[in-house]
Amino acid sequence: MQKLTVQDLHIIREKAAKRIALRCNPGKIKVTVHMGDCGIAAGAREVMVSLMNEWNQTDRDDIRIFAGGCIGKCSTEPNVTVEIIGEKAVTYQKVSPDTIRQIFKKHVLMGEIQKDMIMAGN
Amino acid sequence: MLVCGGTGCHSAGSQTLIASLKQEIERQGLSKEIQVVQTGCNGFCAVGPVALVQPEGIFYQQLSVEDVPEIVSEHFLKGKPIERLMYKDPTTKKVIPIMSEIPFFAHQMFWAMRNKGIIDPEQIEDYIGRDGYLGVAKALFEMTPEQIIQEVKVSGIRGRGGAGFPTGLKWEFASKSPGDIKYVVCNADEGDPGAFMDRSILEADPHSVLEGMTIAARAINSHQGYIYCRTEYPLAIHRLTIAIQQARAYGLLGKNILGSGFDFDIEIYEGAGAFVCGEETALMRSIEGKRGMPRPRPPYPVHKGLWEKPTVLNNVETLANIPQIILQGGEWYASVGIGKSRGTKVFAISGDVNNIGLVEIPMGATLRSMIFDIGGGIPNKKKFKAVQLGGPSGGCVPEQYLDTPVDYEAIAQVGAIMGSGGVIVMDEDTCMVDMARFFMDFIQDESCGKCTPCREGTRRLLEILRKICDGHGTTEDLKALEELSYTIKDTALCGLGQTGPNPVLSTLNYFRDEYLAHIYEKRCPAKRCVALLKFEVNPEICTKCGMCFKGCPAEAIIWQKKEVARINKEKCIKCMTCFERCKFGAIF
Repeated sequence: MQKLTVQDLHIIREKAAKRIALRCNPGKIKVTVHMGDCGIAAGAREVMVSLMNEWNQTDRDDIRIFAGGCIGKCSTEPNVTVEIIGEKAVTYQKVSPDTIRQIFKKHVLMGEIQKDMIMAGN
Repeated sequence: MLVCGGTGCHSAGSQTLIASLKQEIERQGLSKEIQVVQTGCNGFCAVGPVALVQPEGIFYQQLSVEDVPEIVSEHFLKGKPIERLMYKDPTTKKVIPIMSEIPFFAHQMFWAMRNKGIIDPEQIEDYIGRDGYLGVAKALFEMTPEQIIQEVKVSGIRGRGGAGFPTGLKWEFASKSPGDIKYVVCNADEGDPGAFMDRSILEADPHSVLEGMTIAARAINSHQGYIYCRTEYPLAIHRLTIAIQQARAYGLLGKNILGSGFDFDIEIYEGAGAFVCGEETALMRSIEGKRGMPRPRPPYPVHKGLWEKPTVLNNVETLANIPQIILQGGEWYASVGIGKSRGTKVFAISGDVNNIGLVEIPMGATLRSMIFDIGGGIPNKKKFKAVQLGGPSGGCVPEQYLDTPVDYEAIAQVGAIMGSGGVIVMDEDTCMVDMARFFMDFIQDESCGKCTPCREGTRRLLEILRKICDGHGTTEDLKALEELSYTIKDTALCGLGQTGPNPVLSTLNYFRDEYLAHIYEKRCPAKRCVALLKFEVNPEICTKCGMCFKGCPAEAIIWQKKEVARINKEKCIKCMTCFERCKFGAIF
């Protein structure tokens, strides 16, 4: 293995810090995929996989992804809730592996709520 | 999912649990989303194996392999945390799912143990990700040795091994001591009954100790360090060995550290587990390959230590604090604490207490808060009697002094010592004479035999204590105990002998009535000393429940329904089972 310089040390630190941040700080943005049995049947699993892939491509360490329980709106599933700390939580309905990418890139990363996909009455 | 892999949880089966978790996660197709990490000691050893699920912060306890499929399919897949595996408050019976809200964790402050339960101790990258080795980088490139020493002095940190000598001052003496060859030694020879702070730190965060040692080496210009760790700590040694290899591979130990031109390397020296080798001069003799026996001081190790060279000898916990002191500054560290005791202190709580485990609290917190808020109080609705601080070298603190703050001076004032952090809680069923006898038995066994007061004196003390426990104590014995104790304290060669009589003196001070009951009434108030028990049943208290009858292995109890039990003394083997079975204290 190569001997480190101080710069190398900082590079390793940056890389590892993102990985470890998940274990110790609560993050600023909560994305919950609602995964009751009904949600999973409607495709929540695929949405989760797609979301994880998107998240893995960014270097943001303030985003936390949760698997949540059913919220009781089985007809609009899969449902995904995005909560930026300090703001009102927004729940999206009928999310697909494609639309979750849009939600992630626009709302989670840039803070633009995707109004056309919001759950009715939210 | 962060699964604890400290010694406690390790022996409760966390290894097979981790393997099974990984397998199940793979099987259910979640291996891209859920990572299982083996961490060091989480601290809550009483309810192991424990695990923390992030980002929710859900704490699971007493896990077994059978729980794995449910955790993976219900919690990980469907997002429904499993209530039956969560912590329940022993008094309110309420389920507390989030770790940081459990009282045991909520009252703690993690500085020395800042990485515990977060990093995988066998991955150096994890440690670096938590600002690891940045302290060394700062010490090597941005600070002079004098500035390092100054920063440590400002922090006010004192030796966490128990004696409380200011660390900065020790380093200053060693740096000013003439000589080209100097050593840094880490004392990981933790031997008090009921103490496991150093072991847990080494298991959870070995790199912090290596980094602390490297900074100390830079401060005094040493190029070789030793970690003296008892061979009875196999997991700690295993993780230290891995940590040293990884640090060497990255050039964080060895020649030319981080390209600075500074050389420092560390070797582990395994001790055979003698209590006296925790004493600094004995420890160094042992590293030299000689029999571990102390020598008179001065000369102190900072002037003539290992192989007669100037040596800095620090405890594990002290060294683990150093990287953050350098990184965040001495004033940051000194911002917490009371009087001359700054920062935090790690304690290992055990004995008659609900939450056995490892805790770190700020200096100045009270003993009461440590035992009742964090420790969760005394189990089985028993009353608190006393707490032994500092193991066999310390003293007991009774109820009326429980509001004493955690501070080197305040604890010394009530007749105990801060010690390395062993806290043994005792309930009302503990006989204090018997407790003193237990510790004296330990001390006389561990006495190295070099000086007469300790070798002979502690054995005589033990004889007298045994005599009192056996019911043959006389008035003169009390006087002899005191005289002998003070003589040993004044004349013994090293810390072992000088502090050895402390348990006797502190129990004599606070619980003299128990000694008197043993001597004059031939009675043991806590009903612990077998020789003083009559093994009879008090018919007025006996509820005729028959529990004693069912428990007796010798069939010595005569009992029928609705009849008071009787004990056949010819058959009785004095095993105490009936005492433990009887909830009403009818047997005496």
